[in-house]
Amino acid sequence: MTLQDVVRILDCQVVASEANLNSTVASGCGCDLMSDVLTFAKPGSLLLTGLCNIQAIRTAEMSDIKMLCFVRAKQPTQKMISLARKTGITVLTTSLPLFEACGRLYANGLTGIYGR
Amino acid sequence: MAGEKDITKVQELVYEIKVEQVMCRDVIVVSPHNLMSELRELLRDKRISGVPVVEDGRLVGLVSIEDFITCLSEGKMKRRVEECMSRNVKCLYGNEALVSAVEQFDRLGYGRFPVVDRESGRLVGVVTKGDIVRGLLKRMEVDYHAEEIHRYRASHIFEDIIADKTTLIFQYRVVGKDFERAGETSSGLRKTLRRMGIPPTIVRRVAIATYEAEMNIVVFTEGGEITARVTPVEIRVEAVDRGPGIPDIEKAMQPGYSTAPDWVRDLGFGAGMGLNNIQKCADTMHLESTVGEGTRLEIGLHLNGREKHGTAHHR
Repeated sequence: MTLQDVVRILDCQVVASEANLNSTVASGCGCDLMSDVLTFAKPGSLLLTGLCNIQAIRTAEMSDIKMLCFVRAKQPTQKMISLARKTGITVLTTSLPLFEACGRLYANGLTGIYGR
Repeated sequence: MAGEKDITKVQELVYEIKVEQVMCRDVIVVSPHNLMSELRELLRDKRISGVPVVEDGRLVGLVSIEDFITCLSEGKMKRRVEECMSRNVKCLYGNEALVSAVEQFDRLGYGRFPVVDRESGRLVGVVTKGDIVRGLLKRMEVDYHAEEIHRYRASHIFEDIIADKTTLIFQYRVVGKDFERAGETSSGLRKTLRRMGIPPTIVRRVAIATYEAEMNIVVFTEGGEITARVTPVEIRVEAVDRGPGIPDIEKAMQPGYSTAPDWVRDLGFGAGMGLNNIQKCADTMHLESTVGEGTRLEIGLHLNGREKHGTAHHR
């Protein structure tokens, strides 16, 4: 699955680094707790979260996560967008809630950190 | 707000780069007193569709290939340029951002614009759509190369230093309670280590551990320092703060134990996983704390293939 597919499946808006939309999404991680993302997320995965603050971008950066989708129509600030761009992280937003966003991607074949 | 979305590198650059930085400065011009017949060779040889008309350095008009053809068909080639040129020329200012040039190209559909100095009104160049595209591409290439050069230089640093023992020390100051800036240290260290050519899996572990330590300093203390010492065989990161200290380290190490205030939890942290995660990422960890004085955390990671396995993210 590519990021372009994610945009289609979740009806996303692309808010930063759209040049990377052809990247392959290795796995998905749905989480609002950044401590858990730092502990469990795999590099190269797509992070779906309802936590919309600058540390969500920082957490992605530290975890080598290059793609992030804010759920429940959360809109990142200009500061977050510029940090994401600087660190090469693609940022999407969807109006879907976290559960449904993850469910749709899983139903379309995207797996989680354990690959099943 | 629509303007806040879809910010790309190119969009940022069109606001940053000025017209004078991409325009062509070597401009062919004619004088208003030239004869129209003199334009023939100029237009043919230089394959241009219009020429700015300049008197005493100032732009006074523009004569186009259409003006030339009209004169030709009417047999009035002995006329002077000033009689045939258009006078109300739309031009751009040298210190305008590219974004306004792009707007003018879009709105008016012209192929080129003369560029004048805002104060003196003197013609300083001509800009085409091609100049804008070339200018943007060049700038993006320069930015990319700058990072490549940083990386190239830094990745040879240990080979270039001649000494029996080499340690590089990077020091960072962490500001307490400043949630917006939290992570800047870890980000800076991460980028530095990447540039040095340290394997990405190791950099990731250092970055995550340092970020957790940095968050602890930001959340619980008034500030502190993070120091990284890098040798060819290991990376050591030391995080020191000035209080309030951890009363019971054993308890603090228990997964899920947290004393973080609600505002920290609301921000997605403070779940009592930080110290455990640091331990998981590091090969060695040492934590000491005195209540009322402060806390000192030191972690170490081996380089040279002695990479630790079994951390949470390496299954």
